[in-house]
Amino acid sequence: MRELLEGSQAVAEAVRLCRPGVISAYPITPQTHIVEELASMVAQGKLKAEFVNVESEHSAASVVLGSVATGVRSFTATSSQGLLLMAEVVFNIAGMRLPVVMTCANRSISAPLNIWNDHQDAITVRDSGWIQMHAETIQEALDLHIQAYRIGEAPRIMLPVIVNMDGFILTHGLEVVDVPTQEQVDNFLPGYKPLYKLDVENPLTLGPLVGPDYYMEARFAIQETHKDVLELIPLVQGEFQKAFGRPSGGLIEPYRIDDAEKVIVAMGSVCGTIKDVVDALRAKGKKVGCLRVVTYRPFPAAEICRALKNVPRVAVLEKAVSLGSYSPLLSEIRSVFSGKKKSPVISGFVIGLGGRDISLDSIKEVFKRLTAKPVSEEFIDLKPELLQEKI
Amino acid sequence: MATENNKHLFGSGHTACAGCGQAIAARLVVDVAGANTIIANNTGCLEVFSTAYPQSAWGVPWIHSLFENAAAVASGIEAGLKYLGIKDKINVIAQAGDGGTADIGLQALSGMWERGHDILYICYDNEAYENTGIQRSGLTPYGASTTTTPVGDFSLLGNLRPKKPMPEIAVAHGVVYVATASVGYPRDIQTKIKKAVSLKGPKYIQVHVPCPLGWRHDPQITYDIGKLAVETGLYPLIEYENGKLANVRKLTKIKPVEEYLKFQGRFKHILSSPELLKQIQAIADYNIERYGLRAEFANPPPTQPISVQPKNREEERK
Repeated sequence: MRELLEGSQAVAEAVRLCRPGVISAYPITPQTHIVEELASMVAQGKLKAEFVNVESEHSAASVVLGSVATGVRSFTATSSQGLLLMAEVVFNIAGMRLPVVMTCANRSISAPLNIWNDHQDAITVRDSGWIQMHAETIQEALDLHIQAYRIGEAPRIMLPVIVNMDGFILTHGLEVVDVPTQEQVDNFLPGYKPLYKLDVENPLTLGPLVGPDYYMEARFAIQETHKDVLELIPLVQGEFQKAFGRPSGGLIEPYRIDDAEKVIVAMGSVCGTIKDVVDALRAKGKKVGCLRVVTYRPFPAAEICRALKNVPRVAVLEKAVSLGSYSPLLSEIRSVFSGKKKSPVISGFVIGLGGRDISLDSIKEVFKRLTAKPVSEEFIDLKPELLQEKI
Repeated sequence: MATENNKHLFGSGHTACAGCGQAIAARLVVDVAGANTIIANNTGCLEVFSTAYPQSAWGVPWIHSLFENAAAVASGIEAGLKYLGIKDKINVIAQAGDGGTADIGLQALSGMWERGHDILYICYDNEAYENTGIQRSGLTPYGASTTTTPVGDFSLLGNLRPKKPMPEIAVAHGVVYVATASVGYPRDIQTKIKKAVSLKGPKYIQVHVPCPLGWRHDPQITYDIGKLAVETGLYPLIEYENGKLANVRKLTKIKPVEEYLKFQGRFKHILSSPELLKQIQAIADYNIERYGLRAEFANPPPTQPISVQPKNREEERK
């Protein structure tokens, strides 16, 4: 059914359709509407789930760790400081191979305190072992949650998934979305059948102490599984398209890059703006395009290489910085072409930190600055007058 | 591994130190709770000595996540079991040491209590971070020497603060059943666990578990040390039911604190200082009064000052 929904409502609808048995909730802007909406569904009897109002994000993550370990599909959501507070548990959930699904309403990291959108939160847990996908639209955010359970709970995967959606831009924006029926989702997403769980009939010890003789193999296994995830995601995307008629998700999404001379690589909702600029410039005869990285972890290096290898100039446009080094996505995309005979000139631009508005002109500026000479860490839309001020 | 030949749900072959009070208490707890039990365990000695992969001492489903989150993980397990409709058949236990309970795990524990989860929380109180090498915790007793509260020329006392009153903090949360126990009284532990698992809602039991390594006592006298802590009034055995002090273990023969302290290296410096000894006796006296520990026919309190020959610290160093 097509409905005008706020992004958070759309995600809550998707989560409801996935039938989680346990939801843990802790408020943080701009995530809060999602768990509020789910609480309302539980209160109205539209969703049968145990709703646990925890005392911190650390416990929000710990509760779903415990409930998934008990064999029950579970959900939580967070943002920014919340993700950082639960970082320890985030790493632990992946290491314990528990397929939690969590929404991250992407937001900047303090200080200075700022509640608006960028990607610094999600980027900061990139090494945790979680699968991470970025939605471009509210429809895709809805769809990715349904796919996330299917991917994470696959017996050969058993890994948690973060669905990233840009804070405010997607969580609080309104969009006409197609909400699938329960029957459609039930057909696409079977119930969770854990490979292992806390069961008095078959007592297992989960989370033991592991010495140097075994630790590396456990970590290597996760690394290997991420290769399987790279194979599985396109299959799930294909099945999703067959079932729901939309090509949501996948590893990457190329947009008008076949003959492009300049391509911007980015993640999340900014790609909508980039695509608009691409269309406008194409109309003027400029050969430009956009490559959207949908799946950030596992990193689809081969697909990115294939997509960009014939493009002369590539701009990596990021809402995050690795302070003191290059931005994370820039480093990774450069590493894709390291040692390759044919490589684009790859430049890096930082944009939209802490919710700084990204206009069509901002994107045009990126295309303009993308010359034959590579640059790194160029900040777009900086205000020079503020840099003169003593803070 | 638990085998058919092993009637205990916490098997032998774990790697605890000789005389470890925590290992004794952990077995008592799980054996009484029974096979229909799921345990969430914080990081600490117990987790380390019972689950060194690929072995495990546990005969019940058991999970360890992190140092401070067993109460929250257990909350998730309980919620999951409720969703599955099988909570009534299964006991959920969260357990940790004193640091994992009273310090780093207190927030998660407070949340678990306040939300009213049907979980029994066990704090194995060995009065310091023994797993990392005897550092002070919020439950380290007044005057104990630890590696982070050492006694030296400028610090004659050791730990400067009294134990955090965890049982009262639990009572203040409306926890339905709060008790202290001691490895010196195994049957009392069993009785309290039995009672706790029969009640719905959050329960808290704090078990005093001597640590020969950290307390520097002979591993053969673990039970005796546990008993002496109770008999001196330094570790009162009490039960709160629905917020009311319901039972205390009465003391028929109250022993001077020196009887407890003298077997432990961590209190060696106290014995040589009549002033410090008096302060620790005052803690025991306060407990005895506060909880009404004195049996009607108990011996009178020591009226004479306790005679301990103060050692000349200067001489001792030579």
